[in-house]
Amino acid sequence: MQSVESTRGATETEASKEAMISLRHVTKRFPNTRSPAVEDLSLDVPQGETVVLVGPSGCGKTTTMRMINRLIEPTSGEILVDGRDVMRQDPVELRRGIGYVIQSIGLLPHRTVAQNIATVPRLTGWDHNRIQPRVDELMEIFGLDPELKQRYPSELSGGQRQRVGVARALAVDPPVMLMDEPFAAVDPIVRARLQEQFLDIQRRLQKTIVFVTHDIDEAIKMADRIAIMNLGGVVEQFATPEEILREPANDFVKQFVGAERGLKRLALIKVADIQIEDGPVVSPSASPDEARNAMRRFSLDWTSVVDDGELLGWVDESALQGAGRVGEASPRPFSAYVTASDSLRQALDSIVTSRTQVAVVVSEGQRYLGVLSLERISQEIIS
Amino acid sequence: MNGLVAAPPTSWEWIWDHRDTIGQLFVQHVQLTAIAVAIGLAISIPLSLLAYRYGVTYAPITWFTGLLYTIPSLALFAALTPFTGLSVKTAEIGLVSYTLLILVRNIVVGLRSVPDDVKEAARGMGYTRRQLLWRVEFPLAMPAIAAGIRVATVSTIGLITVAALIGKGGLGQLIVEGLRILYPTEILTGALASLVFALAADALLLWAERALTPWTRVRVRAFVPPRPVGR
Repeated sequence: MQSVESTRGATETEASKEAMISLRHVTKRFPNTRSPAVEDLSLDVPQGETVVLVGPSGCGKTTTMRMINRLIEPTSGEILVDGRDVMRQDPVELRRGIGYVIQSIGLLPHRTVAQNIATVPRLTGWDHNRIQPRVDELMEIFGLDPELKQRYPSELSGGQRQRVGVARALAVDPPVMLMDEPFAAVDPIVRARLQEQFLDIQRRLQKTIVFVTHDIDEAIKMADRIAIMNLGGVVEQFATPEEILREPANDFVKQFVGAERGLKRLALIKVADIQIEDGPVVSPSASPDEARNAMRRFSLDWTSVVDDGELLGWVDESALQGAGRVGEASPRPFSAYVTASDSLRQALDSIVTSRTQVAVVVSEGQRYLGVLSLERISQEIIS
Repeated sequence: MNGLVAAPPTSWEWIWDHRDTIGQLFVQHVQLTAIAVAIGLAISIPLSLLAYRYGVTYAPITWFTGLLYTIPSLALFAALTPFTGLSVKTAEIGLVSYTLLILVRNIVVGLRSVPDDVKEAARGMGYTRRQLLWRVEFPLAMPAIAAGIRVATVSTIGLITVAALIGKGGLGQLIVEGLRILYPTEILTGALASLVFALAADALLLWAERALTPWTRVRVRAFVPPRPVGR
């Protein structure tokens, strides 16, 4: 797990070493307003990470993002992208080098899908022979049917529009992306699918992303680090999602993260991350008494049956009646398993829905690894 | 002249005999229209940009063009003759002034109708202000601008017949002369020919607008199911 830097705690030299985007003491006051929209905000976005700015409306998260590509200019402070002060760059050139996606997507209605995706390559003067293959490649990556190329945005579904918008932002392969609620305009099912797809693409592309949302669940899902912002453009906590759920810095964060903090954390922890437990195990060739001993040792009324590492199922006292060997007692299969890559939330689901009240952990090929009990999971959350 | 009694209500013969004159007057009508709308656009576009960029100028600009629009056409042509005589210039000054209100209003409405999110996204992607104007805002304002050009063109075609009173009226000349000698064939020829021209010009411009703004027609096409992702 990555170490967590608080905005105030991190020394500037250490933090800026690998930071792709650096905000240093940035303040933005709009004319004719009493309080600043963003006040003395310092934040580092490490290269290849997704930092999510999340907070209630009016917390300055969008303003903060828009200062990075100079759609809004800071009143004071310094913003560095790839080590260069944005205020000393031509804003048009700066923006062409940063992918930009907004909530309503803003596809050009008079341009086809292919032309929309080709927008920035054309602005930066790419050759036609280079643009076409790039458009095809992006449409392939985002699962857009080639038949859609010649369509206008008004002829697309909401989900297709969002994907074209994100594909367009990636067209010149910019190292940095700014995304302002890019998945907000679609229904929850489509949104979940788009989030998964984007996470999948991001794992390959490793862009440095600033992502704005008001939805804490989206933040937890998408972020490597989350900056929780409060009214007046103040960062209340800047940490990994797991850290924020485990140790909310203050009451505001606690309240913003909301109920089910424990369950949300379980979704972030993989079974592989925690120590799994031994459970009762016997081989099919064992005698019923050996099986009974195994159960007694764990104070349970059942035991797993494992043949040379392969999990066959489970038996209890009633199954053992009259059997000469455990194998003859016809072990019953577990209704659910979990694997190392599943989350503790999935393991918990497996526990509460199984007759045996534990989650059995297996690796590929049904190899038995151990069990997870409710006690073990709650220990993880309390610790 | 005893033509008053002798003249038949309509005479194809008369039209045939005067086909050269009618043709020339038609060409003049087309030219007067084209020049008026072209100059009108040349003046309206910068005025509209000014009104669009600097909102405070919109009211005075529409006030002034509106004032021009309310001057009775006959009075305007008459008032100009001491300065510019019975010339094309006189006719065009009047015709152009009447297009301005229609064109400016429509261009500004068109530019203002461009969605903010489209402009924001375009700016964020690195369009310069000029690129944004010519490649995004004007194309998207086209339907409204084209509607303005159509109304301006059709109303100019009608107004030109009034300019016949100063001798620069295209097909309107036939109406004025026909009225003077009370010859219905000539009156009808002038009136119907300018009507047909107006309808044809409108249809042509509509067709041009459609050709220039293909995205405004929502086509019904086959549903394309989403493809599985991440291959």
